[in-house]
Amino acid sequence: MTGPLLKVENLRIALQGDGVTFNAVENVSFEIGRGEAFGLVGESGCGKSITALSVMGLLRRPLSLGGGRIVLDGEEIQNASAAEMRRLRGKRVAMIFQEPMTALNPLSPVGRQIAEMFVLHQGANWRDAMDRAEEALRQVRVPSPERRIRDYPHQLSGGMRQRVMIAIALACGPDLLIADEPTTALDVTVQAEIIDLMAELCAAKGTAILMISHDLGLVANMCRRVAVMYAGRIIESQVADAIFAAPSHPYTRGLIDSLPRLGERAKRGRQRLTEISGVVPSIQAYPAGCRFNPRCHAVTEICRTTAPEATSLPADGVVRCHHHG
Amino acid sequence: MAEALLSLDDLAVQFKVGSMLAGGIKTLKAVDGVTLDVKPGECLGLVGESGCGKSTLALAIMGLVLPTRGRIHVGGQQISGDKPPDRMAMARTVQMVFQDPYASLNPRQTVRRTLADPLHLHGVGDKAEVEARVIDMMAKVGLRPEHADRYPHEFSGGQRQRIGIARALILKPKLVICDEPVSALDVSIRAQIINLLLELKDEMGLAYIMISHDLGVVEHVSDRVAVMYLGRIVEQGGWQEIFENPRHPYTRALIAAIPDPFHRAAATVAGAKAKGEIASALNPPPGCHFNPRCPMKADLCTVETPLLEAVSPGHLAACHFRDRVI
Amino acid sequence: MRLGANTWIGGGLFAVALAVAVTAPWIALTDPVMDANLLNAELPPSREFPFGTDAQGRDIYSRVVYGAQISLTVGVVSQIANSIIGVTLGLTAGYWGGWWDDFVNGLTNVMLAIPSLIFALAIMAILGPGLVSLLIALGLTNWSYSCRIARAQALSLKSQGYVQAARILGYGPFRIMFTQLLPNMLGPIIVIATLGMGGTILAEAALSFLGLGIRPPFPSWGSMLSDARETIAVAPWVSIFPGLAIFLTVLGLNLLGDGLRDIFDPQATTRRA
Repeated sequence: MTGPLLKVENLRIALQGDGVTFNAVENVSFEIGRGEAFGLVGESGCGKSITALSVMGLLRRPLSLGGGRIVLDGEEIQNASAAEMRRLRGKRVAMIFQEPMTALNPLSPVGRQIAEMFVLHQGANWRDAMDRAEEALRQVRVPSPERRIRDYPHQLSGGMRQRVMIAIALACGPDLLIADEPTTALDVTVQAEIIDLMAELCAAKGTAILMISHDLGLVANMCRRVAVMYAGRIIESQVADAIFAAPSHPYTRGLIDSLPRLGERAKRGRQRLTEISGVVPSIQAYPAGCRFNPRCHAVTEICRTTAPEATSLPADGVVRCHHHG
Repeated sequence: MAEALLSLDDLAVQFKVGSMLAGGIKTLKAVDGVTLDVKPGECLGLVGESGCGKSTLALAIMGLVLPTRGRIHVGGQQISGDKPPDRMAMARTVQMVFQDPYASLNPRQTVRRTLADPLHLHGVGDKAEVEARVIDMMAKVGLRPEHADRYPHEFSGGQRQRIGIARALILKPKLVICDEPVSALDVSIRAQIINLLLELKDEMGLAYIMISHDLGVVEHVSDRVAVMYLGRIVEQGGWQEIFENPRHPYTRALIAAIPDPFHRAAATVAGAKAKGEIASALNPPPGCHFNPRCPMKADLCTVETPLLEAVSPGHLAACHFRDRVI
Repeated sequence: MRLGANTWIGGGLFAVALAVAVTAPWIALTDPVMDANLLNAELPPSREFPFGTDAQGRDIYSRVVYGAQISLTVGVVSQIANSIIGVTLGLTAGYWGGWWDDFVNGLTNVMLAIPSLIFALAIMAILGPGLVSLLIALGLTNWSYSCRIARAQALSLKSQGYVQAARILGYGPFRIMFTQLLPNMLGPIIVIATLGMGGTILAEAALSFLGLGIRPPFPSWGSMLSDARETIAVAPWVSIFPGLAIFLTVLGLNLLGDGLRDIFDPQATTRRA
């Protein structure tokens, strides 16, 4: 089959307030190819998580899908019924979250939670499913899987729980794995292992990844292409290497410049970090025109009145800025 | 050589956990023999992951938890297991900036009250002086006078952190422990707070202990760095030495774990990633605590605990293979 | 701040009861104790006697109105005493822990195991009937819920950053408990106090009904119900109106308490900025 695995076009997510509707996310478009690792980066409140939830059909009031198309493998799913979405989830699209302790059932042994996937989606019987669950734990490199299948979530460390989440998510070989800040709550050394594990497993199974994070470095390292979101819009999207080497949008550039990186001080001495002034706007108070304008050092009049259109960049890149480059 | 502001001498802090009925009483060695100095005006970066004991260490330095063994000398005060510190004098010497700006301010107190109360408590009676110091401190952290009568929920996370910093500095301490001061903040405003902390350090002649898991931040702000693992210091030295020539496999693993889009550290830490999970502090591995995860593990490591010894002047590492050229 | 229907209705009912109690001397029609004329005994409601008369010929309306004074005084004052005792014990137990916590917990468990009414009865038996004894008995026996809530709040709040910051700034334990913890637990405490007031009013009614609270001829809703026991078949209005008064007041307090609980429920706004 040709064409991208997932195509999101002009996605708009509405937030119902007291009699007023806000657009939490608008004009979001991106594509993920089969087996490709794609990163969605942004700060808290930028809309990256709810974009992922909308792909899974998991938006709940006061959020709702306000417009746009979501096309999975050639099939439009934005208007799919609840039953249709249930059939897709776990089987075609899976998701893992930041806090595995709340995503796992505390009263059920982890082996059983993995086995459930086989029973529900593939009609396996419980015996076979438990065997396959043990194999799944081995694949995510949990030591002594034959003993671990009987453990409860609280008996495992954070890193182990996240591995269990990955095992559950990949159990039925979905086409797309959505990972929403999967390592943010983990220690640094464990983080690195989990990311490597995810990349390896997905590469082996041909599963595409939609990686969501606030850490541009992590995403750029793992993904082939990266999109940066700010205040509900994608403001830049490029191949990972390019986004670090040649960021086009002032926000992306500001993010990269503002964070101290290893090796900088040895080379140039301690420089004052370049600050981005101001704060991230709340959904109810998005600025008019380009939403980054109150904080942008290159702002001009047009930025305050007109939202910038998407401009093409080399290698399928896109940027939304009146003064990009 | 300037006299040390803070001096830890074989500090150990242990807790008893569990009960007779449920699996027996175990000893948690949260801090297991730490010897460390901080000079006035110096910034010590303290690096470590869960269970390394950095939080307990911070509490002990502030006199909130008594040592099981060893001594703490801080700004003329001495703390040991049988000698609790003078609470008020400690308050004027060591203060703390917290990680979570949303939980570290009393929601029912205005900024003015949060800053003025400690002054009243410590004997500053003159109303005009209190007011002046409050407004002055607010200005130093980038807040305007009209913010004084507002409540925490009216501020953004970054501003709340500024209030927290102002509160820590209002009594003019000599040492400030910054516990992950920017991890809970949005990425785009972290630079503001880091710059602020560095400016205030220079302006007020403060010493910092900067606790952070973000090695980029640690490298940027620290003069010296100490790396902790399961209650022990495994490596310490000047910032440049530690980051350019890490001699302990755990330090190398930490550096290797940082996503590296610019492919900078690749050469020094190739193949250095740690395996597996951090062990429980209740039941640490015998010998060198890091041995189960260490890419360089040898039989010696499970038997003999390596001591913190010099690799070069001022640079210490606790590894049997500290001198091995990688 | 949007107040739900509960708060308005409950608050309204309670406000009416309070207003009645305060303005009793002006809105009553007769003296509730002295104006007794046996010729008027057990008359049904009429223009002269809006709620009818009781077996002694006293105007029930005036007695209900004056009864509000007694019932509400007992309700409010006892509950305040209960809250002060409970919060002090619970707050200190939660904050300090250790043997004091164990002691308070033990005491609370004992209090909760003894039916509070029986306990109050016992105290009344020792002190003898009357308003003051009633206040003492009810004030000393219903503090357990306040204590539990205060302790739970203290336990959860004491690990908040600002409490630790206060310790580091040199605040002593009492200063911390009363300036840092207490203001942040007022919400649940007020809810418990409001709901508790309904309980103490009912307790007073029960005790007076049993003859151990306010003795006749003084009007208390409970003792009025007690007096009306014999005549309930022939003159139902003698019990209906005091009963309705108790019902509406306690209902009002319960609704108000529920409404307040909705307001004080912490709304998680963990936005980062």
